[in-house]
Amino acid sequence: MAALEEGFTLTAVPLGSGPDGPLGVEQSDKTDQFLVTDSGRTVILYKVSDQKPLGSWSVKQGQIITCPAVCNFQTGEYIVVHDNKVLRIWNNEDVNLDKVFKATLSAEVYRIHSIQGTEPLVLFKEGAIRGLEALLAEPQQKIETVISDEEVIKWTKFFMVFRHPVLIFITEKHGNYFAYVQKFNSRILSKYTLLLGQEEKSVTQSFSTSVHRKFISLMSLSSDGCVYETLIPIHPSDPEKNQRVVRSLLLKSVVSGNARSGVALTILDQDHVAVLGPPLSASKECLSIWNTKFQTLQTSKELPQGTSGQLWYHGENLFMLHGKFLTVIPYKCEVSSLAGALGKLKHSQDPDIHAMTHFVNWETSQGYELGSQNSEQSKRILRRRKIEVSVQPEVPPSTQLLAAVQKDSEKHIEVELRKFLAVQRTPDFHTIIGDVVIGLLGRYKAEPSFYPRNCLMQLIQTRVLSYSLCPGLMEFALEKTDVQILQLCLQQFPDIPESVTCACLKIFLSIGDDSLQETDINMESVSDYTATIQDGEIEEQTEILQNGFNPEEDNCENCAQELIEKPQAATEESTSCPVTGKRAALLNAILHSAYSETFLLPHLKDIPAQHITLFLQYLYFLYLKCSENATMTLPGIHPPTLNQIMDWICLLLDANFTVVVMIPEAKRLLLSLYKFVKSQISICSELNKIEVSFRELQKLNQEKTNRELYSIEVLELF
Amino acid sequence: MGEFKVHRVRFFNYVPSGIRCVAYNNQTNRLAVSRTDGTVEIYNLSANYFQEKFFPGHESRATEALCWANGQRLFSAGLNGEIIEYDLQALNIKYAVDAFGGPIWSMAASPNGSQLLVGCEDGSVKLFQITPDKIQFERNFDRQKSRILSLSWHPAGTHIAAGSIDYISVFDVKSGSAIHKMLVDRQYMGVSKRKCIIWGVAFLSDGTVISVDSAGKVQFWDSATGTLVKNHLIANTDVQSIAISDQEDSFVVGTAEGTVFHFQLVSVTSNSSEKQWVRTKPFQHHTHDVRAVAHSPIALISGGTDTHLVIRPLMEKVEVKNYDAALRKITFPHRRLVSCAKKKQLLLFQFAHHLELWRLGSTVATGKNGDTLPLSKNADHLLHLKTKGPENIICSCISPCGSWIAYSTASRFFLYRLNYEHDNINLQRVSKMPAFLRSALQILFSEDSTKLFVASNQGSVHVIRLLEGSFKHLHTFQPQSGTVESMCLLAVSPDGNWLAASGTSAGVHVYNVKQLKLHCTVPAYNFPVTALAIAPNTNNLVIAHSDQQVFEYSIPDKQYTQWSRTIQKQGFHHLWLQRDTPITHISFHPKRPMHILLHDAYMFCIIDKSLPLPNDKTLLYNPLPPTNESDIIRRRTAHAFKISKKYKPLLFMDLLDERTLVAVERPLDDIIAQLPPPIKKKKFGT
Repeated sequence: MAALEEGFTLTAVPLGSGPDGPLGVEQSDKTDQFLVTDSGRTVILYKVSDQKPLGSWSVKQGQIITCPAVCNFQTGEYIVVHDNKVLRIWNNEDVNLDKVFKATLSAEVYRIHSIQGTEPLVLFKEGAIRGLEALLAEPQQKIETVISDEEVIKWTKFFMVFRHPVLIFITEKHGNYFAYVQKFNSRILSKYTLLLGQEEKSVTQSFSTSVHRKFISLMSLSSDGCVYETLIPIHPSDPEKNQRVVRSLLLKSVVSGNARSGVALTILDQDHVAVLGPPLSASKECLSIWNTKFQTLQTSKELPQGTSGQLWYHGENLFMLHGKFLTVIPYKCEVSSLAGALGKLKHSQDPDIHAMTHFVNWETSQGYELGSQNSEQSKRILRRRKIEVSVQPEVPPSTQLLAAVQKDSEKHIEVELRKFLAVQRTPDFHTIIGDVVIGLLGRYKAEPSFYPRNCLMQLIQTRVLSYSLCPGLMEFALEKTDVQILQLCLQQFPDIPESVTCACLKIFLSIGDDSLQETDINMESVSDYTATIQDGEIEEQTEILQNGFNPEEDNCENCAQELIEKPQAATEESTSCPVTGKRAALLNAILHSAYSETFLLPHLKDIPAQHITLFLQYLYFLYLKCSENATMTLPGIHPPTLNQIMDWICLLLDANFTVVVMIPEAKRLLLSLYKFVKSQISICSELNKIEVSFRELQKLNQEKTNRELYSIEVLELF
Repeated sequence: MGEFKVHRVRFFNYVPSGIRCVAYNNQTNRLAVSRTDGTVEIYNLSANYFQEKFFPGHESRATEALCWANGQRLFSAGLNGEIIEYDLQALNIKYAVDAFGGPIWSMAASPNGSQLLVGCEDGSVKLFQITPDKIQFERNFDRQKSRILSLSWHPAGTHIAAGSIDYISVFDVKSGSAIHKMLVDRQYMGVSKRKCIIWGVAFLSDGTVISVDSAGKVQFWDSATGTLVKNHLIANTDVQSIAISDQEDSFVVGTAEGTVFHFQLVSVTSNSSEKQWVRTKPFQHHTHDVRAVAHSPIALISGGTDTHLVIRPLMEKVEVKNYDAALRKITFPHRRLVSCAKKKQLLLFQFAHHLELWRLGSTVATGKNGDTLPLSKNADHLLHLKTKGPENIICSCISPCGSWIAYSTASRFFLYRLNYEHDNINLQRVSKMPAFLRSALQILFSEDSTKLFVASNQGSVHVIRLLEGSFKHLHTFQPQSGTVESMCLLAVSPDGNWLAASGTSAGVHVYNVKQLKLHCTVPAYNFPVTALAIAPNTNNLVIAHSDQQVFEYSIPDKQYTQWSRTIQKQGFHHLWLQRDTPITHISFHPKRPMHILLHDAYMFCIIDKSLPLPNDKTLLYNPLPPTNESDIIRRRTAHAFKISKKYKPLLFMDLLDERTLVAVERPLDDIIAQLPPPIKKKKFGT
């Protein structure tokens, strides 16, 4: 998992930069030291771990720095350009930038690039590239024009591919983007036209690149809030020709679509990108790390004071402007496992870090096909499709459905939904369903009279929803105390947070019997036993006598005797189910849900004492029912297992023991549970005793066969 | 093959002593094992784990530490305060040096093999310089408060870690001063124990010290700062031993519950360079305390109170399926502890400090295969002969006529004359043994009991003529000039003309006893000899090696016999070669010259040389008795190897006469019954 650590501001004094933010943050030749170039006149060298400046240099009044200062790693000197054409080179000892080496160039400089292991490069605004050495040898040399008129360099990066320096720059002309790749081993400049794909025109706002084997992966953050990836071959087949490359969608809606400024993107490693920008239209700006492989948000951090939309990363630090201060946020990206990547639960430990519960289904854009998994369902769909194919309009049903959700009547939505469900599932089925649910809920929020219950039920039963795909749904049902939907959710969703499970439990325990009577609840898990119990059939008592232990274990007569009495006494007390069948069905849904003890325990403490007692009574009743047969299972189609029952008893007692002990009604229950545990302990100790005696018997047996120390036998060899 | 009456003997009450230390030598791939009675055994792991050498124990010499230095030199130290070096050629103790620090609890040789470190009862750590022929005291390190129970060198030889009671000290070797003292938590599961004993330490090259202690912990310390880095609680009982691999990527610990845990250095996540120690595999091959562990490149080796030496190969390190890939459990010594006087039907059992003489019973009844016959006379315990002095018996022998018994300890040779008068036995010691007969590695009487052959260390074999109540030294076969290897196996031909003697590695020498000269030498083979015998009439020498090969060499012709060549050409059956205990005894059928009887611990076999040899497709073992007549005939003529696994573990087997066998078994349960009870573990409840 990737993680953002606590950030810190680098400058105590705000940069005199204005809204544009600093020009750049570049690495110096010493680790942990960075050159920050402000968009005015100053270059400051910071030591990040100490959070203090080591040196500061300014150009004269009237001059303005136009290109961020870089460090020449080969000489340890710093280079900056002011007034577009004037190159300055100095080192740490120099105090005044006016007195250091100066070279005036013949063309305007866009950027100077410097990375470890090679000489710095100068990129001119017209697209020409020169090595620093060659340029300094003859500063006034003629600089050719590479890019056409009106083409403007938007972004550039310099990196090493297999020890060969490669420079890439992106230009824009009338909304079209071009990528130029200059390789210095072969001196070839290749030009690519970036095709935007079928999406409507959007302005690309930020770029970042990384190298994967034979391709440069160029990622761009578009104004529609999505991240696109373009693969540019490092070794083009025909370098002379202008080639076209298509971009593909990598991550959807990482930032709000209508964010005007302040978005930036940078690739951290093979699987992780950092994105700066507001995640939702109304929210504050955020720095977030996304896993591109699993398409999940790994971590995020809110930046309430706004940023300038610039993001740099060096080593393990991310640099950005937060308010007026340059902020450094160290981060960590570890190789993610699928389980680790599948989302991060809501937690808020810090006032300025608000984790977002915003998930993207990672199956959507990976070209995932729903294959044989639902073969039965798809067969059925096919049959239905034949009937409905004639009514199919040209517009994809999903769009139609989404549109219907926004305005149509409940009835109409249902029809649309049925239509949509009848069609063969597309790879993005999950997300569409999620979007529909979110749309429905959104509409409900806007007009409370709108309550599309049937639609929701139908959607939940598609079995593709999960809690994280529609986080509002269960809250909505809780608010409505719609136990039927809650039961469905508990049965279908694999990822319900413990707090929500517990809220459901609270509702299930507190809801009045009369209101339950009206609801239509799936009684699968309770079908048999509540009925039998209420009829008072206790004929199976004889069988109970043997339970609580396996038949082969109760060879020891007196301990079995002891045990027989206890469950018998207990059964007499609670032969009837303490809750109604419907409530039992609901509680069983809770018992079946997945949970983690540590997260569940704190929430269980909030349940009122009488409800706890009721639930305990019910669990104890289930346990007694379990003990009625030798396999220790409950009758019914999908009943709770003995382990689930036992775990919940332990959990409830762990969470509420002090409370339960004080309640008179619970006393009897506790007593019988105590007796039960005591009898289990005595079984174990008896078993230990038996084991010893068995071993002695075994020894005796062995002695009988082997004790003969001497014998004469007949042996025939064949 | 026929029917035999088998005297099934289980009254040989032999209990091996517990293993105290093991030391693995990477250069020679040998393993030294010391037992609680002071015996030190050397196993050759390259030669199918054969126990090729042993040094007899001594009552006052409890070894507490064992280590190899300089590749080939073996040292031990014990509670008598002495450091002992063993002579691996002559198989005796080279010298003993008193360290003057009270009982020695631990010892470690420096990584370059030039220095030896001992930890003593009085809390001192003493450094000895290893000189080519001795060791020399150099200096003391800072004295600690209590005994030093474990020692480990840093691989660079600059620092050492010493485990004591409640703390671990780190010493600087140059200055000899303690630079860190790391206190170990006495707490055990919330309960404060009286003391926490550091049973073992290991120093890694990155400065980490791993300690194991009596509170069941495996702890990792940073020796630079003296701080605890990591703690693994692995047992409710003591963790008694630790051994680390040469690559420092895995180590093994042994606990008092008999469990051996394997720890490995593994990457935290896949393809990350950050690694951490993880407990990977538990092994439960022991019932009692695992007192000692060793880590060879391909296997984990453990031994303890339950007397088994267990060699557990690491399957990820084993490339081909061979001897190394199988789990080995070595319980019994790879030499004979029983000798037999055939004519008188007497068995002589050798124990560490006494000999027992038994007379076999008899029966008049007959029966069919599998019957147990009623005894007309039970076996008698005739004699219990205790040794004088603290030394263990090395070897013993009873003459075929039953009237002589000879045995030897490390410093004295004893010969007794027995007279049988009805039920009484008269035992008479033959006094005035010559000075050269001080210690013997092997003793053998000639078939007619007139000659005694004694293999002494230094490679010589003495021939002595026995007269009524006295003896006469006839000759000494001296080793060939230049060789000093001791002879450990002897065989004499029934006609008394030939004597074969073998050491551990060089070939088998055959001497002509009549002419008292070396007759020939059987060419040396890669694997050590485990048993030797000369056949009657033909004078063929049968030699078994530790790789399960059997050769037959004609002494008169000075060449391998035709049968031996045939079987070498065809190869032994693969199941025969996969057996994991060596053949310890070979004998012949008095009437059928084509039959050879040999046995190891788990089977005995009669080879009928007249029958065709089995190939890999034929069934080597016949598990079930035949059901009908034709089946019997078919099986009888099937192949030359007639094998029975009925008696096991088999310590000795011989043909008393043409229809009678004697088999001495030692069931493992009987051994376990005589060990102290293991730590009881509950099976039920918590």
